[in-house]
Amino acid sequence: MADIYELLRGKKDSSGNYQKVPVIVQGITGTFGSIHAKQMMDYGTNIAAGITPGKGGQKFEGKVPIYNTVKEAVDVTGAKISILFVPAKFFLNAATEALEAGIKLLVAIPEHVPIRDTMLILEIVKKKDAIMIGPNTPGVMIPGLVKIGIMPASPFEAGNIVVLSKSGTLLYEISNTLTKAGFGQSITIGIGGDPINGTRLIDAFDMVKDDPTLEGMVIVGEIGGDAEEIVAQHIMDINFKKPIVAYIAGRRAPKEKRMGHAGAIVMGTYGSAESKISMFNMANIPVAKRPNEVAVLLAGKLEKTKD
Amino acid sequence: MRLLEYQAKELFAQYGIKTPKGLSSKDIEQARNDAKQLGYPFVIKAQVPVGGRGKAGGIQKCHNDDEFELKYPQVLGMSIKGEKTRAILLEKMVEYEKELYLSLFLNRSKRCYTIIASSDGGVEIESVKNQVIREVGLGDVDSQTAEQVAKQIGLQGRSISDFVDMLQRLAKITIEKEVELAEINPVALLKDGSLLALDGKVITDDNSNFRHPEMEKYQEKTELEERAEKSGFTLVELDGNIAVVGNGAGLVMSTLDMLADNGGKPACFLDVGGGATTESVYEALTLVSKMKKVKAILVNLYGGIVKTTTVAAAFIKAYDDKLIDFPVHTRLMGSES
Repeated sequence: MADIYELLRGKKDSSGNYQKVPVIVQGITGTFGSIHAKQMMDYGTNIAAGITPGKGGQKFEGKVPIYNTVKEAVDVTGAKISILFVPAKFFLNAATEALEAGIKLLVAIPEHVPIRDTMLILEIVKKKDAIMIGPNTPGVMIPGLVKIGIMPASPFEAGNIVVLSKSGTLLYEISNTLTKAGFGQSITIGIGGDPINGTRLIDAFDMVKDDPTLEGMVIVGEIGGDAEEIVAQHIMDINFKKPIVAYIAGRRAPKEKRMGHAGAIVMGTYGSAESKISMFNMANIPVAKRPNEVAVLLAGKLEKTKD
Repeated sequence: MRLLEYQAKELFAQYGIKTPKGLSSKDIEQARNDAKQLGYPFVIKAQVPVGGRGKAGGIQKCHNDDEFELKYPQVLGMSIKGEKTRAILLEKMVEYEKELYLSLFLNRSKRCYTIIASSDGGVEIESVKNQVIREVGLGDVDSQTAEQVAKQIGLQGRSISDFVDMLQRLAKITIEKEVELAEINPVALLKDGSLLALDGKVITDDNSNFRHPEMEKYQEKTELEERAEKSGFTLVELDGNIAVVGNGAGLVMSTLDMLADNGGKPACFLDVGGGATTESVYEALTLVSKMKKVKAILVNLYGGIVKTTTVAAAFIKAYDDKLIDFPVHTRLMGSES
């Protein structure tokens, strides 16, 4: 699999700074796409091109060239990353186009993508040895360096803690409490709230686990599926020793009801918070009761590893 | 969308999966005609979008008119795990040798469809030990795979070909209707070796609804849920008296957890979504004001792109318009809080 850090950071230039990797925005002239393209640019992300069929030749914000196809944009900019803002109905076509054009990291923002479309795209992702984050993700960011997503900038600060989260707002909330407690983040990856994720919790974990600067990790899960159980088992299997703290949303949600996210549903005991919490406990990962308890638990864990 | 049993069975019938003779109704007048047409004995089955109805008394045997007049209103008036009976299915009783289990479901961790079959049906599948599990990609099941599964659960003779037929038809439903779960529990194995779907549970992918106008008739939404959906919200009505409102499913769930941990009883889960505006929050408050049980609102918003002042304006307007007159407790974080 492609290396996510390498894709996001690019190579260092002669003065030791990371080059700004080019990123293209599919759906850059849409309401949502344009707001976030602007915000990503403000953050310092190198938005090198936008795609809106029929608007090729125009410029976004007076400087970002717009192309009709991803292929044209990739040919000109050499971009390997695309962020997708198209409506869910058009996801299948837009994502296929991006991957066929050589995009290696696809950040799929739209919510309400049909599961079958995600599964079809995953087959192409596999074939092309690419990474898809999402759909229904807030995106991915390396605070202080690059933001490819819809997250607000303010909760995040550069540091050495990884945050992996199914939920968007909880990612902001928890990163904010981490930042306030002095724990900046090395990378944050939004898994998304869909039943089928381009990058599963376990995939995201594997992408970041070997980073030598990694000091600790926060996993923000929620009811539904068994991604948390699987990552907990994996952490035990590989005997991963760096401090990890988790949070699970939906402990008090009723069974068999979809709680906002398409994937947030407990069927019988499958997907229940109890199951996830007990697996995390087995893996020696404390689970916070409230979002703002995460930083406290992490501080405790980090303190222990020092001793 | 979660189909009720009688709706799932309609779909089964359409795809040629055999079910017992049955008729569905929503009132006793209609049901009296159904009863005549079916003839005693039959079972009265509560149609609820939740499991465990058998244990809760939602399935009653019925042998004569007196029993029918007594039991039908009882079952129709029942609430099972907080879910009111939506309809009643009267179904002929069937004599059978054995109960089997069969389902095709979206395996989230493996990211493919998976068959589960077992020779022990009729109970919750999680408690069944001898399951046969087969991964089948995007849901297509070839006859060879189906036959192997049939043999693995110990079927013999004509039951094998009946099972292959049933499983392949279930796979067709799964693919064509974009299903997350298609379950027959139990499958009845009759004396002559043939198979019959005694129950049916089908959950389709809501996000694919736009491709399935033919399924719209199965949509069972409350008026409030429908209005919420139109505004781009997610609303789940619950039993308590404190409405929980926020942006983002994770944050609203988390708020609900904290409320319940501290003894509060949530009346609803209302996620106004990422793009909240003064108008959309006002509409959310309008929906909440229509829930009679609500005595207070707990708001938890993490403003990102959405400015919290935009949201606060909606509350001020709602008070000014006397839309709400109960206490609102808010926690606004993020931009302009």
